Amino acid sequence: MRICVVGCGAVGSLFAANLAQLEDVEVWAYDVSREHVDAINAHGLRLSGAGDVVGRLRATTDGGELPPCDFGIVATKAMHTGSAIAATAGAFEGGCVATVQNGLGNEEAIAEHVARVIRGTTFPAGKILEPGHVQWDVKGDTTLGPFEPEPAPFAEVERLADACTRAGMPTAAVQDARGPQWRKVIFNASTNPIGALTGLTHGRVCERPDLRRLVSGLVDEGKAVAAAQGIELDADPEALIDHAARPDVAYGHKASMLQDVEARRTTEIDYLNGGIVRVGREHDVPTPLNQAIWALVKGVEDSWTK
Amino acid sequence: MRVVVAGAGTIGSLFAAHLARVADVAVLTRREEHARALNERGLRVTGRADFTVDVHASADATELGAADLVVVACKGGDLEPLAASLRGRFAGATVMTTQNGLGAEEVVAAHGDWPLLSAVTFMSGTRHDDTHVEYVLDTATWIGPYRGTTPIDAESVAELIRSGGLKAEAFDDLRPAQWSKLIFNATVNTVATLTGLPHDFHFAEGMLGDLVHGLVDEGKAVAAAAGVDLREDPWEMNVHATRRGHAHYPSMLEDVNAHRPTEIELITGSLVREAERTGVPVPLHTALYALVKAKEASYS
Repeated sequence: MRICVVGCGAVGSLFAANLAQLEDVEVWAYDVSREHVDAINAHGLRLSGAGDVVGRLRATTDGGELPPCDFGIVATKAMHTGSAIAATAGAFEGGCVATVQNGLGNEEAIAEHVARVIRGTTFPAGKILEPGHVQWDVKGDTTLGPFEPEPAPFAEVERLADACTRAGMPTAAVQDARGPQWRKVIFNASTNPIGALTGLTHGRVCERPDLRRLVSGLVDEGKAVAAAQGIELDADPEALIDHAARPDVAYGHKASMLQDVEARRTTEIDYLNGGIVRVGREHDVPTPLNQAIWALVKGVEDSWTK
Repeated sequence: MRVVVAGAGTIGSLFAAHLARVADVAVLTRREEHARALNERGLRVTGRADFTVDVHASADATELGAADLVVVACKGGDLEPLAASLRGRFAGATVMTTQNGLGAEEVVAAHGDWPLLSAVTFMSGTRHDDTHVEYVLDTATWIGPYRGTTPIDAESVAELIRSGGLKAEAFDDLRPAQWSKLIFNATVNTVATLTGLPHDFHFAEGMLGDLVHGLVDEGKAVAAAAGVDLREDPWEMNVHATRRGHAHYPSMLEDVNAHRPTEIELITGSLVREAERTGVPVPLHTALYALVKAKEASYS
């Protein structure tokens, strides 16, 4: 089986390096960073932290170099989905493509270029330390399921989930993967921008009662939008928020959006709170708090270009 | 005419310097070296005016002598200790508050039975150092009676301020103007503080414009429930200000950038408490209130 990871940042690297441990899987990686690609080809892709692994795989910055693949795993930031899948779609004419990205709208963007799409959500996290070397911060589960408008056959979803699980990335194949996806979207949309706007870590956001109430207000709007689509959340996002606030979990964690804001990088706000607002409008569910937070973070981005 | 200006930040310095051209002015400072510098070098104004005046200054209220008028011009966060230092002094003086938001009058009233005037000011400036302030926006100060004063008292102080070269206007009831400014500040200052944007075109269009409009609407609903008939529509004030040609950095944004405490309690805090009192839901102001306080907590 041949699998290509599209966007080999922190999360993409966790999949690529672990899958490369399997004898029956040939792993490719597509990434726009020339330094990262060169380092992977020269020395392998190294993970440190929650697991220490070196994956031998082929990396390229040129989507045209990719051989035909059975599976793609898209792991770019949400704003790069369209360009990344456009550059690599030729390799997936006979295959299926899964997203393990944050936010809403990635499946739709992939389906514009690929016929068989897998909806996915993943919880492991890390960060790039240097080209070819990724810090694995948190282990976690992944859920995959057919993307309803352009679905991959369920047997194929199961085959990819099985490979990931055997590689040390526990993955479940389910018929409706929207529940976990919306739980994570609601979690991210309700906490990441609050950290980004205030400069506080996740734990410090949660220990301020007025701010925690705001987080719950955002969660409630997200839940209403999920319910309006008939989506049953697999668990309450509130539980995930409180769990993450524990000192031994992620109390001192700066949300990736806060890291983006501090580095003046464009954030994923359009695909998180922006996605919730858009879907809310389609279903006549008001989302005034998500809309306010979306506008404020866009304002932060605008302040850099003045 | 003897005037004490209590607080010598940007607004206090602008009042002190201009009033010193037509009255005998003493300045109450927080820091002793600030008072020393003013006594040695006087107070210089540039920008829309260009002059230097002598002022008497002290960090100790007991050294300032008597006064006919006390202008309280410190930041909201410094108000309580400053008002306490006035207690038992300045018998016969009229005291005028100029702070943003609501509630400064009550804080001062609790420390003495002086006749009180209430004011809001729209002028702005930049403080370059202890003895040099630049006069930037020559918008007016609005004055009204508060306790034991009449519209005639407000007008005579407005006339004094005008004769010093600043703009001022007296009102029979300040609340309509004060609330217009409260809603404007609660909206514009918080959005600027959280985004880092100066008060520019972003506040009047697109998604951020929608948020600003929503915040103004919540404020107007609270004003209506409190029985206040606004003097100006805060949305119109916002649009007008974004078209002034140069983008203003609200003081709350400057405070956060300098890691200083902000005036969030007197501004948004007052509005949210009024909303609670009158039973008007203000989810957007409540959200921004929590966010700005958290941002302050991130550096304190």
